[in-house]
Amino acid sequence: MPSSIDTSKTHGPNPVMPDAFPAVQGPVAVFTRAKDESLIRRRIRYQREADVGWTQRVMSQPGCEELYACIQCGTCSATCPLSIYMDFTPRRVIQLVREGFRQDALRSQTIWLCASCYACAVQCPQQIHITDVMYTLKREAIAAKLAPRRFPIPVLASVFYNMVRSRGRTFELWVVMRLMLRTNPLGMLSMARTGLALLRTGRLSLSFERVKARHELQAMLPPTEEAN
Amino acid sequence: MSAPATTGTPDRYLYFPGCSLKGTGVAYEESLLALFRLLGIGVDELEDWNCCGATSYMAISEGSAFALAARNLALAQRAGARELMAPCSACYLVLMKTLDYRKRYPSVDQSVREALERANLPATNGVKVRHPLEILYTDIGAARIKSKVVRPWTGGRLACYYGCQAVRPYSEVDDPHRPTRMEELLNAVGVPTVDYTLRTKCCGGSLTGTIPTVGVRLNYELLKEAVRNGAEAIVTICPLCQFNLDAYQSQIRAEIWKTLDVPVLYITQVLGWMLGGEWKELGLNRSISGGSVLRRWMTAPKEKEAYV
Repeated sequence: MPSSIDTSKTHGPNPVMPDAFPAVQGPVAVFTRAKDESLIRRRIRYQREADVGWTQRVMSQPGCEELYACIQCGTCSATCPLSIYMDFTPRRVIQLVREGFRQDALRSQTIWLCASCYACAVQCPQQIHITDVMYTLKREAIAAKLAPRRFPIPVLASVFYNMVRSRGRTFELWVVMRLMLRTNPLGMLSMARTGLALLRTGRLSLSFERVKARHELQAMLPPTEEAN
Repeated sequence: MSAPATTGTPDRYLYFPGCSLKGTGVAYEESLLALFRLLGIGVDELEDWNCCGATSYMAISEGSAFALAARNLALAQRAGARELMAPCSACYLVLMKTLDYRKRYPSVDQSVREALERANLPATNGVKVRHPLEILYTDIGAARIKSKVVRPWTGGRLACYYGCQAVRPYSEVDDPHRPTRMEELLNAVGVPTVDYTLRTKCCGGSLTGTIPTVGVRLNYELLKEAVRNGAEAIVTICPLCQFNLDAYQSQIRAEIWKTLDVPVLYITQVLGWMLGGEWKELGLNRSISGGSVLRRWMTAPKEKEAYV
């Protein structure tokens, strides 16, 4: 029911993914007869829309315990090399989680743009493991199918995951081809130049390596897990 | 846990290559093996290793990610090693994190332990994870490397780029805020370096492939800052940093910076060259950008005379 906050009004159009997260119409439009009702949307969240139990579940994950220690100083957002592209800065994501606004946090581009460089985690004056919080949100967004389907980063994670599950190793060429097929088939043409350069310098492995003791992998990994 | 410092440098290391060093980062593997051979230290590849899971696996299943990484450490344990060298930053971080989280969280330890027991692998772990930079700096030391130099540096000034996951969040490799060990090693053997302010800024990792507008831009900034600070090449310790900075220069050239052609090397290539390694043996023929610069710098004096 809760919609994602439309940040295009406050932040300007997002240059990365303009339409990846279309805002769901909020109930407020019922009371208006404006020409373009979709422009009128409640910009704040109500307390009753918060899921505080979810906050507690996130905070039970390894690395996410100290969320209440956050002083909202914004050091994470200032350190982050990717925050300029994000819909919510890392500081705001932390606050969304603390307040229990699950959908907003899980639908956010922020969690997928995070490249896990740990800059925020080492700079945080409260020693919050922000990268782990992002990983926790990524996992839940994929499990709850809230991750955008054709957005390349969660797709890459799934392709990579399934390959390692079955073979024990990754095959870079295959990862890239699967990724492009599922997200942007035409984009393969633009990748061709990089591919040729790698081929020319002998850096494109063409053999699909496997782990010999795959029974060990099968014994270790839960059988039902499969990302799609 | 690890060998006491008083026993001196081990003469063999067990090494976990990871997927990158067998593909796009093959020059890192070649130069690492050559450098250690020239230093008189043996390196053995971990038998039947599996992918560390990098950043992708952790985004889907934390339990499986830790279990996969723990298998590699268990294999090292079974092989009788006390240390496992992980040259790739992503591998290094995942292995370090697995050890750390098993120690800090009993729930993580229990699930990893159960997974390893199901696969009949040793469930307890006394293996320490090491990065080559840490080994070169603390175990081997600049003095020993310097004593083996046979070819003085004839190239230009270098910017040392550490990237993210080798130095963060764990601080064994170097200071997470301002690492300097690459500079110290290189300066000790006579290679000039520049003050590179973006030394730990993220290269974007897989973003160059997933969202190129964002990923390539990050690499443009890294290259621009290096050149602005007077560097003529960049030295890295990570296969993904090297790939991103090296392979996307053609895109940056096409869009914004026509003259860009900066070699991006591994520190093992630079040191290996000075210790007498050969061009191909060090994977120097595998650079996509800056090949002509490298050939100019690294033409051996004898060959230079032959040209004259």
